[in-house]
Amino acid sequence: MSSEALTSAEYIKHHLQNLTYGQLPAGYERHDVNGNVEALQQATWTIAHGAEEAKAMGFWALNLDTFIMSLLLGAVFMFMFYRVAKAASTGIPSGLQNFCEWAVEFVDNSVRGSFSGKNNMVGPLALTVFFWIFSMNLMDLLPIDYVPLVMQALGVPYFKVVPSTDPNATFGMAIGVFLLVLYYSIKVKGLGGFAGELTLQPFGKWGMPVNLLLEGVNLIAKPISLALRLFGNMYAGEMIFILIALMGGSYLGLSATSATLFGSQILLSLGWAIFHILIITLQAFIFMTLTVVYLDMAHQEHH
Amino acid sequence: MNINATLLAQTIMFALFVWFCMKFVWTPIIAALEERKKQIADGLADAERAKHDLELAAKRAAEILREAKEKSADILAGGEKRASEIIEAAKDQARTEGDRIITGAKAEIDQEVFRAKEQLRTQVSAIALAGASKILGREIDAKAHNDLLDKLVAEI
Repeated sequence: MSSEALTSAEYIKHHLQNLTYGQLPAGYERHDVNGNVEALQQATWTIAHGAEEAKAMGFWALNLDTFIMSLLLGAVFMFMFYRVAKAASTGIPSGLQNFCEWAVEFVDNSVRGSFSGKNNMVGPLALTVFFWIFSMNLMDLLPIDYVPLVMQALGVPYFKVVPSTDPNATFGMAIGVFLLVLYYSIKVKGLGGFAGELTLQPFGKWGMPVNLLLEGVNLIAKPISLALRLFGNMYAGEMIFILIALMGGSYLGLSATSATLFGSQILLSLGWAIFHILIITLQAFIFMTLTVVYLDMAHQEHH
Repeated sequence: MNINATLLAQTIMFALFVWFCMKFVWTPIIAALEERKKQIADGLADAERAKHDLELAAKRAAEILREAKEKSADILAGGEKRASEIIEAAKDQARTEGDRIITGAKAEIDQEVFRAKEQLRTQVSAIALAGASKILGREIDAKAHNDLLDKLVAEI
């Protein structure tokens, strides 16, 4: 490794650190690159250097990279479909319009397959969820050192380019879905109906505490499983990319070992990337399908 | 941040990955999209053709209808003409027949009249003869006066 060498652990940490913007409390001791310690005179809004500082910022901090990337990708998706939708013609679709129609058809079919209620919001929601998550996951296929290097050259210390490896993003979306589930549950079944569903089954009214416990877990499990599944898959995938890159990074000068490492890094990361095409699509699809299924359950009066 | 051969390896890997995607991911997707486009194009073309066919059929139907109307009008006109012809012919025939009947009847009447005259003449001659014989008081010898009688009859 080169002059300002990073240890393996540091390399991994660097890759897993979000660009966090938040307030460091007064009196916090900052360690800079040279090991100097500087105690802050007052609470300071700044960008965290490392996980420690990000932790010290507490809850009210923003992961700027997640924020920017997810907004950007969402905007790209919106803009693309907006442009196509505006220029849509009834004739023979070509190029992007053809693709978008295909995508909309695909999402529409799966919504029709798993959503039995009547709600015009579910289709667009499913489309947005699918493409947003897909594009966020897609960032995983960029070589992992590219974006951090470019950002470093621009003076940004950390940049995690895959928003879906940040639990904040996945939980954010899952909670959004959860709120929709609650909203429609109450809207369709009424407050009483929803409460009844939570408390009066499966054991009848005498088993109310047990019912509430079971159904409550059932309800809470929805957003948690939704968020953790996506996060876990993407985080693990990212981790493997980092480890493969790390292995290739143990470059020891021109030798047979180095050549082997170099070659195997290429092959392994290529293999993993190819496999990842499947995973990112699948995860986006699962998130979309589960969103639709949860909403469908929220719309069903009788179990 | 350390820059080393990892970056090179990643770049090579990325190039290979992009190549892989172009060859094995992009191609089938594009093929599917092309297929879809073709299907839609075919469908639209079929619809267009069907519409065109429908238009042609409608036009043809209208034409056939018009022809049929014309033909029926022709037939109707022909029928009327024929009917009037028949009526005319029937009238002619009736007239000739009537004339013939009238002529026959007239001839018969003439004959009848002639016959009645003849009879009358004979009877008149007989009456005249009877009258004359009564006047003369005796019977005229018919044989002796036959000539005279015939002359008389002829004169009546």
